[in-house]
Amino acid sequence: MNIRLAWARGVFVAGAVALATMLTLPPAAAEAPTKSPPEKSPLRWGADSEGGAPYICKDPQDVNRYVGFEVDLAAALEKPLGRRIEFVQYDFKSLTAGVRRGDFDFAMNGVEDTPDRRKALRLSRPYYVYTLQLVARADEKRFDSLEACKKAGGVVGTLEDTAAERLLDQMGVEKKVYGSQVEPYRDLEIGRIDAVLLDLPIATYYAKPNEKLKFVGPARNPGYYVIAFRRDQEALAREVDKAIVELAKSGELQRIYEKWQIWNDEQKRLLDSGVSDFLTESGKQWNFARYFPLLLKGAVVTVELTFLSMLVAAILGLPIALMRLYGNWPMQLAATAYVEFFRGIPVLLLLFFLYYGLPVIAENFHWTIGLKLSPMTAAILGFGLNYAAYQAEIYRAGIASIPVGQWEAGASLGMTQLHTFRRIILPQAVRVILPPSTNDLVALFKDTSIVSIIAIEELTKEYQILAKSSLKYLEIGFVTAMLYLVMSVPLGYLSRYLERRWGKGR
Amino acid sequence: MTGNMQVVISHVTKRFNSHTVLNDVSLTIEAGQTVALIGPSGAGKSTLLRSINGLNSFDEGEIRVGSHTLLPNRSHHACPGARQVRRVFGMIFQDFQLFPHLTALQNVMDAPRYVLGLSKADAEKRAMKLLDRVGLAAKAAAYPQELSGGQKQRVAIARAMAMEPRGLLCDEITSALDPELKNEVLSVLEDLKREGLTLILVTHEIGFARRAADRVVVLAEGRIIEDGPPHEVLDNPKAPRTRQFLSQILV
Repeated sequence: MNIRLAWARGVFVAGAVALATMLTLPPAAAEAPTKSPPEKSPLRWGADSEGGAPYICKDPQDVNRYVGFEVDLAAALEKPLGRRIEFVQYDFKSLTAGVRRGDFDFAMNGVEDTPDRRKALRLSRPYYVYTLQLVARADEKRFDSLEACKKAGGVVGTLEDTAAERLLDQMGVEKKVYGSQVEPYRDLEIGRIDAVLLDLPIATYYAKPNEKLKFVGPARNPGYYVIAFRRDQEALAREVDKAIVELAKSGELQRIYEKWQIWNDEQKRLLDSGVSDFLTESGKQWNFARYFPLLLKGAVVTVELTFLSMLVAAILGLPIALMRLYGNWPMQLAATAYVEFFRGIPVLLLLFFLYYGLPVIAENFHWTIGLKLSPMTAAILGFGLNYAAYQAEIYRAGIASIPVGQWEAGASLGMTQLHTFRRIILPQAVRVILPPSTNDLVALFKDTSIVSIIAIEELTKEYQILAKSSLKYLEIGFVTAMLYLVMSVPLGYLSRYLERRWGKGR
Repeated sequence: MTGNMQVVISHVTKRFNSHTVLNDVSLTIEAGQTVALIGPSGAGKSTLLRSINGLNSFDEGEIRVGSHTLLPNRSHHACPGARQVRRVFGMIFQDFQLFPHLTALQNVMDAPRYVLGLSKADAEKRAMKLLDRVGLAAKAAAYPQELSGGQKQRVAIARAMAMEPRGLLCDEITSALDPELKNEVLSVLEDLKREGLTLILVTHEIGFARRAADRVVVLAEGRIIEDGPPHEVLDNPKAPRTRQFLSQILV
């Protein structure tokens, strides 16, 4: 029902767009290569031909024509789709906005597959795997990788709103952003910038033939070029998906890419995998086998964090409890203050303070030690301090629950107070202390999910990352919840078992 | 630990807020004597007994146990010198106070091992011998909650005896026991008496006092009101307060 409806709508929209096209556009705008005149209205393809080799650019031999591997791809798609494809010139940066506005039927111009685009648009299956290639001047000796370039303080040129730009931002490399792909290489050549990071096809076309430039390191950070449709054009998108698979199977894609010298092993892998099951939704790339190991990795961090924090809390809690029970009044006051303070403030605030606040304090007071705790150290310390307050209270209650007669029995046998505490009181108190401590451990286990604010990728953070990249909020959320339960439920049972075993029968 | 193991209590006074628990109590107990402390509740019997072991402090006077002296202490903590005194007298409590996390055997061998520094094997040997003596060798591996009240109290006696004291302070040690279990504990005491231990007992077992005690001391309102051999004190009391007390418990 829904699919039919969507299909009908797609046809309607396509028809309306076609009508509008005929009424408003001069015929000269339709410059895409044509083969056989199809019966249906032409599809309108948005791309930016300005300095756009090898994707699409004006043919130097005939300025009224366009060339590029995407031009060839569009031509190849016409046959399986049974429709003509017309090129619409559109500013690169606004391509996705243009799709959504309905200024053309689809965008195909090195559009990268990103989670936010998946959310806003219907993306086709990938038709090309891009990688990012760093290019420097041929005589460059200061660096042999992007990391080294960053260390050397190099400025890297790139295109605006691309995966390359995002990578530079992520790594904190100083960048210079350009509007088209010609200028960065020119600026590099004349020494205005130190390197250029762009998609391999661009580098292959603009930098490889230039003797003054060289490729630095292997291409990195692969991603997919996809065709972007409006979300309501599911039917059309499926047709295009199918057509891409057909072109891959027939070897047409490889022929095009080889012609443009952008064929490589990555494409081979993409097309090989595509032939079998690529028609399924793009989100399914994140299947269980792919995201589960990442979730497990997060779970390991969660467990590590929980147990190390509990260890700190368990050790720190005892002297606090003892000070409160047996200390003189200043010790009792200090211990009480500790418990009230750390029990009373949100652990989130504490984490913020330890991670972001301490370095600032150290700086302001010109301390020699920087106090720049690693995220893990800050988290373990934060939870340790917080839970030590709870543990201290549990210890205190446990120790106080042992009858004073036990102390007297120990004393009457000539034991010292310390000996009585260690051999007689503490072992009994542990039986009282353990069940609520296990409870605390379960609580802490779940509390650790807030540490993502100080950049630790534990289970919940890993879930957020994966859910955003795959949009499988429900499925991955369910698996994440299961992971938490698999770990916390046994702890809960252990707590109840200990309570049954030791809670009574004194 | 030879020498005169006399207990000399001189002019001991203990106050609790405005209430005087012990009022100028003086009492000398010879080594090997069995002394029953009796009297109405609140008379200060237990307080006196616990003072001998340094479990209570007192405000005035002095307690000498052999060559060790306990002095008054204004704070509520145990008297100085208490640890030495505790090596002379073991203490048995009304509610046993066995260590619930240890087996009967471990209860008995823990102090010899860690206070006296005996090897594990020696401590265990000593403990087994004592458990055997109180008739509980078979229960060595049992935990306190698996034992009856009488058995618990016998383990407690074995535990105190393991420190090889010269005497035992027994604080109403049969009060928490069913009547049929009292005798198993009392017969252990009689056995220890025969061995020559000094026994100071706070008790309501008038029959046992009559049979086993060398001396009966009656306390009332923090003072000693009568002191003598059982047949005199119990059968022919001089003080009216003693007569009143005895008539109440011998109904």
